[in-house]
Amino acid sequence: MTSFSSALCSIADDRRSRAHRRNIVITGLLALTIALFALTLILGQSYVPPGDVFRVLIGEDVPGASFAVGELRLPRAVLSVLAGLSFGLGGVSFQTMLRNPLASPDIIGISSGASAAAVFAIVVLSLSGLLVSIFAVAAGLGVAIFVYGLSFRNGVAGTRLTLIGIGVSAMLESMIAYVLARAPAWNLQEAMRWLVGSVNGAEIGQALPLLAGLTIFGGLLLSRARDLEALRLGDDMAAALGVDVARIRIIVVVTAVGLIALATALTGPIAFVAFLSGPIAARLVGNQGSLLIPSALVGAILVLAGDYCGQFLLPSRYPVGVVTGALGAPYLLYLVARTNRTGGSA
Amino acid sequence: MTPAKLTSFIAPPYCGRPGGSRSIWLPLTIFAVVVLCTLSLLIGSRDVTWSDVLSAIGGHVDSIGEAAVAMRIPRTLLALFAGAALGLSGAVMQGVTRNPLADPGILGVNTGAALAVVIGVAWFGMTSAQAYIWTAILGAGCTAALVYTVGSFGRGGATPLKLTLAGAATSIAFASLVIAVVLPRGDIAGGIRSWQVGGVGGATFERLAEVAPFLSAGLILSLGSARKLNSLALGDDLAAGLGERVALARGIASFAAVLLCGATTAICGPIGFVGLVVPHVCRLLVGVDHRWLLPFSSLVGGGLLLAGDIIGRIAARPSELEVGIVTAFVGAPFFIWIVRRQRVRDL
Repeated sequence: MTSFSSALCSIADDRRSRAHRRNIVITGLLALTIALFALTLILGQSYVPPGDVFRVLIGEDVPGASFAVGELRLPRAVLSVLAGLSFGLGGVSFQTMLRNPLASPDIIGISSGASAAAVFAIVVLSLSGLLVSIFAVAAGLGVAIFVYGLSFRNGVAGTRLTLIGIGVSAMLESMIAYVLARAPAWNLQEAMRWLVGSVNGAEIGQALPLLAGLTIFGGLLLSRARDLEALRLGDDMAAALGVDVARIRIIVVVTAVGLIALATALTGPIAFVAFLSGPIAARLVGNQGSLLIPSALVGAILVLAGDYCGQFLLPSRYPVGVVTGALGAPYLLYLVARTNRTGGSA
Repeated sequence: MTPAKLTSFIAPPYCGRPGGSRSIWLPLTIFAVVVLCTLSLLIGSRDVTWSDVLSAIGGHVDSIGEAAVAMRIPRTLLALFAGAALGLSGAVMQGVTRNPLADPGILGVNTGAALAVVIGVAWFGMTSAQAYIWTAILGAGCTAALVYTVGSFGRGGATPLKLTLAGAATSIAFASLVIAVVLPRGDIAGGIRSWQVGGVGGATFERLAEVAPFLSAGLILSLGSARKLNSLALGDDLAAGLGERVALARGIASFAAVLLCGATTAICGPIGFVGLVVPHVCRLLVGVDHRWLLPFSSLVGGGLLLAGDIIGRIAARPSELEVGIVTAFVGAPFFIWIVRRQRVRDL
C-alpha cells in the first residue's frame, strides 16, 4: 500500500513539475511576444524613444513619431501578432486532430485555397476589404470539405487526407500563378503577398475582422482544448473517454479553417508558420496539457521576428514569408526526418 | 524465367492481357501523336489554312500564315520532346522508388532544378542555355537525393506518404528560397516569373539543338535500364538474387531520370504531373514490363504535353494558358484518383 501511495505521490509530483514548466514556458513566450512587439514599435528605420511610443499609443499627437509609429509600425505589428496567433492556433489544431505534424493547413491545401480565393476576388472580381475575407473563408472551408470528402473511404485516414491535400494544393497553386500572371497591373510586392505571405501595407482597419475571428474561433477552440487533447489518444480512446469525436472534428475543422483563412485573406499564406508553431511549442512545453496557447504565441513570435528580420536585418527588404520559409526549411527537413523515424503516419 | 514472365507473375491485375493489345496500342498511339502534332501546327491565335501548314513544313515563309506555322514547328517539337522526357522520367522514377506517386513535380525535383537555375542567373550571371541545363541537372540531382534520403528514414523505407511529404515540404522551402533570391533583383524577376509557370511558348530550333544531347543521353540510359527496372520491381532481395547489382542499377536509372527532368526544366520551366499520369496510363495499356512501358511512356508523354499545349492555346484565345497550368489541372485530379485507389496501409 505504501508503495502504491508513494507511486501516486511521484506521479503527482511529476505532473506538478510538468505543469510548472508549462506555466514558465507560456509566461516566457508571452514576455517575448510583448518584447518583440515593443521592439518593432520603438526601433525601425529610425529610433523613437519608448516614452514617445507610449504617448502615441494613448492617442497623443507626437510630432515626428505619430506617423511612423501610429500609421506605419503599429498596424504592421498588430497585424503580425494577430496573423501569427491565428496561424499558430489553426495549425496546431489540425496537427493535433490528425495526429500528424505534417498535416498542417499550409501543406494540405487549405492555405492555398484561401489564398487562391483572395487573389481571385482581388484581381478578377476587384473586391476589397471584408468581402475578400468572406471569400477566402468560404474557399478555405470549401477546400477542407472537398479534401475531407475525397479522402473518405471507410472512414478518413490521415495519410490519404494528407496526400489528397497535397494534390489539391498543387492545383490551387497553379491557379494562383495563373491569376497573378494575368493581373493587369503587375505588382511584385502584391504578388509576393499571395505567393509567400507579407504584412506590407498593413492598415489598422484590417485588424478588426481578424480580431473578431480570433476571439470567436479561438475562444471556441480553447473551450474545446480538453476534447482536442483526447483526440491525440486515437479516436476509439477519445470516444471511450466520452468525447463526441465526429462533433469535435467538425468544430475543429470549421474554427481552424476560419482562423487560417481570415489571416490568409489579409497577409497571404505566410510560409510555414502554421506548420512550425505546433512542433516548436511541443518541444518547449513537453508532454503536458494543451498546446493551443503556446503554439499561438510561437506563431506570433515567428511572424513578428520574421518580419523584423526581413525588414531591417537583411541586405534587402524581404516579405516575412520569405524569411519564415527560408529559416523554416532546415528545421522542417529535420522534422520530416525525425517524424519518419517513428513511422510518420497516424 | 525471363523478366517478362516474372513481371506478369507478380502483377496479377495486368496479367492475362492478350499479347496482341500491345500491337494495337502502338500504332494507335503513334497515330494520335501525329494527329496532335498536326493540330498543334494548325491551331493558334492566328487561323491558318492547310496549305499554309504544308508549305511551311516545306520551308516557305512567304505569307503571314506560313510564318505563323513556321513559328509553331519548334514549339510543337519542344512540347513533344519535353513531354516524352517527363513521361519517361516519371516512369523510371516510379520504377526506381517502386512508388506509384513518384513524379519529378511531386517529389520537388523540378523546384530544386528551378532553384539552382535561379541562383545561377542571379548570383553568377549565367546566360547560356548550356549553363542553364547543367545547373538544372545538378539541382535536380541534389534535390532527388535529398528528398529520397529524408523520405526513406525509418519504418517501412520510402513509403509513398513519406516521399510525397518530403517532396512537398522541400518544394515549399525551395519556392521560398527562389523568391528570396529573385526579389532583390528586379531586372531578372520578370523573365524568371514567366519561366517558372512552365511553358513551351518561346521555343526555337537553337534551344532544341542545345537540349537534344541531354535528352538523347537520358533516353538511351533509361531505355537501357528497362530490364534492370524489371528486376528491381521484384524487390531488392530478389533482384540481387537474380544477379542484379541493385545499387548500381538504381544509380544509373535515377541518373537518367534526373538528366531528363533537369534538362526539360531548364528549357521549359517546372512542368508538373506529366511524369505522374503517363506511366499509370501506359501500365493500363501495355502492362508492367518496363521494356514496353518506358518507350510507351515517352510516346504518351509527348502526346499529353502536346495536347496540354493545344488546350492552353484554345482555352484562353487569343492569349495563351501555359502548359504547366493545364497539366496541373489535368494531373492533380488524377493524383487524387491514384491515392484513393490505394489501400491505406500501402501508403
